[in-house]
Amino acid sequence: MTWFDTLATSLEAMRTHRMRSALTVLGILIGIAAVILTVGLGIGAQQQVTAQVEALGTNLLIISPGSTTSTTGLRGGFGSASTLTQADAQSLASPVVAPDIAAVAPTTSSSQSLVAGSSNWTTSVVGTTPSWLSVRARTMSAGTFLTNADQASAAPVVVLGATTATELFGSTDVVGQSVTIAGTPFTVQGVLAPSGSTGSANNDDTAVIPLSTAQQRVSTGSSRTSVQTIYVQATSQAALSSAYQEANSELLSLHSITNVSNADFTITNQASLVTTAASVSKTLTVLLAGIAAISLLVGGIGVMNIMLVSVTERIREIGLRKALGARPSLIRRQFLIEAALLGLVGGLLGAAVGILGAKVLPDLISNPVALSMPAIFGSITVALVIGLVFGVYPASRAAQLAPIDALRSE
Amino acid sequence: MTSYLSMPSPFHSTEPVLSLGDVTKVYRSGSLEVAALRGVTLEVQPGEYVAVMGPSGSGKSTLMHIIGCLDVPSDGSYLLAGEDVSEMSENDLADVRNRRIGFVFQQFNLLASMTASSNVALPLAYAGINRAERRARAEASLARVGLADRVNHRPGELSGGQQQRVAVARALVTEPALILADEPTGNLDSTSTADVLDLFDELHHAGRTVVLITHEQDVADRAGRVVRLRDGLVTDDSALSAVAGSGVRS
Ligand SMILES: Nc1ncnc2c1ncn2[C@@H]1O[C@H](COP(=O)(O)OP(=O)(O)OP(=O)(O)O)[C@@H](O)[C@H]1O
Ligand SMILES: [Mg+2]
Repeated sequence: MTWFDTLATSLEAMRTHRMRSALTVLGILIGIAAVILTVGLGIGAQQQVTAQVEALGTNLLIISPGSTTSTTGLRGGFGSASTLTQADAQSLASPVVAPDIAAVAPTTSSSQSLVAGSSNWTTSVVGTTPSWLSVRARTMSAGTFLTNADQASAAPVVVLGATTATELFGSTDVVGQSVTIAGTPFTVQGVLAPSGSTGSANNDDTAVIPLSTAQQRVSTGSSRTSVQTIYVQATSQAALSSAYQEANSELLSLHSITNVSNADFTITNQASLVTTAASVSKTLTVLLAGIAAISLLVGGIGVMNIMLVSVTERIREIGLRKALGARPSLIRRQFLIEAALLGLVGGLLGAAVGILGAKVLPDLISNPVALSMPAIFGSITVALVIGLVFGVYPASRAAQLAPIDALRSE
Repeated sequence: MTSYLSMPSPFHSTEPVLSLGDVTKVYRSGSLEVAALRGVTLEVQPGEYVAVMGPSGSGKSTLMHIIGCLDVPSDGSYLLAGEDVSEMSENDLADVRNRRIGFVFQQFNLLASMTASSNVALPLAYAGINRAERRARAEASLARVGLADRVNHRPGELSGGQQQRVAVARALVTEPALILADEPTGNLDSTSTADVLDLFDELHHAGRTVVLITHEQDVADRAGRVVRLRDGLVTDDSALSAVAGSGVRS
């Protein structure tokens, strides 16, 4: 009996017991689809987080005021203090003090209402220096960005994000228009190109003005002299850690702090943000994939169960086949192929359902689902292997039956 | 090793087709022991037509299963065409059942989901013969038992007599030298019985060795030799009586 004959026999047996085969296949199908979707959701979330963090810019260090550790109990938490100043930023920008720092962008940010004619829009207004554009890896779609002259004269000029421009004017063709911020009329000098990043924080809904203008005309209280965040760009990926060291020791000495644990600022590495975010979503992925794998295992046990039922039910058929000259290996092969087919069909259909789900799901739960070809082909293979592994025992049982015992049983 | 069994011209051979020496078979179910065969010694020469008779429970089917290599004796020796069956591997036994023996079961044992021709072709599939030849030989075998117009019927669409003839066609399709039949006419009416018995006569005349079990004397009358069993022992063997009577055979 050729492989083809055996395959035909197995297909025939599956056809004869359609309902049972379909339910067994369903068990595998659900398992495979669950694995593909959970892994896809996990990878999707990871990619999303990574993209968000990378949208901040490349080779970035983020310096925030305050400390993450509360050592004295008197000090405020992360970001609550106003210890960073524009002078700090200027020192860090010096190539003599910090040769591994390419650019520095001190920023303040506050939520302001923007008015243009009859429309108004509330967004975060960022006060910063001209280097912000390169540090945050942004480009212009129209007009020009802030200049050193603007900074020096505290000019009332603004650069709008694409979303903000559209909300205020109904288009992004707005260079030369006038916008009122905190009672001061500003001239729109340029529009930022969309950053293309996805997620909750919309980088395209923003208004950027010179830091000096922000401090003099928009901000109140301590924000008039301090800055909220200093973005530091290292000269290269390799220079990140030395840039970190340079910024850290320069700020410590500028703030006259001798004990490192009393530092009144925090430097965050962009890469460590990515790592943290990725490890959180990775944990979640592993958990979900674990649950999916268990459902796959249950599906595999379903295959074994059905094959055992099948062997018991077809015991007379097996006996007859042996009486007519089927070798034990052939009987084993027949049942193994049947089990493998159940797994394979379940795997293929499960992959189809998983791919379909990956197309439909993002619209329903607003989470991206990443389909990876290795995961899809891997899970189809796993389904086949599950069919084989869980088919071995029933198939061996069938192969070892004595012909006359099998024939005589009812 | 080759055997005359693979080419049925057996009259020239001296070696017996079957040689059972003091074969016993004990069934154990829990503490209960049932001795179905209690020491059967039997030789069948090539080309013989043997009827096995005996009351119900006397061990006829048990004997037939051992002869057909479907079961193994508890004790005693069994040589098939001079070869010791107890020394054969599972695969050898499968090949013996496939090529040398055609078994006709009392219960037909056809696969309900397959057509008559697929049922008949099954042993050929296990013999490694290709699809086209299998189909041709199955149809020829069905034609031989008078069922040329029923090749694509499933067992459920055939009468009991027709099903038994399909079973006979299946036993013949591999051209085995030894045909074993366990009450092949037990479930049939007189017309179907005559049809099936005519087939066995034909096979016998073609030189095959035939052993069949029957309860009916008129069926046994067609055979050249009658072996009677009672309580797992041979009580009468017409061949041995003939030897005793005439002293012709050695
Ligand atoms: N699998 C078994 N387990 C236990 N006892 C068995 C088994 N098969 C047969 N027997 C017993 O062995 C004895 C012989 O059985 P066997 O089937 O050979 O009889 P038989 O001569 O073919 O009878 P019948 O004419 O009714 O078919 C019987 O007593 C039966 O109960
Ligand atoms: Mg019987």
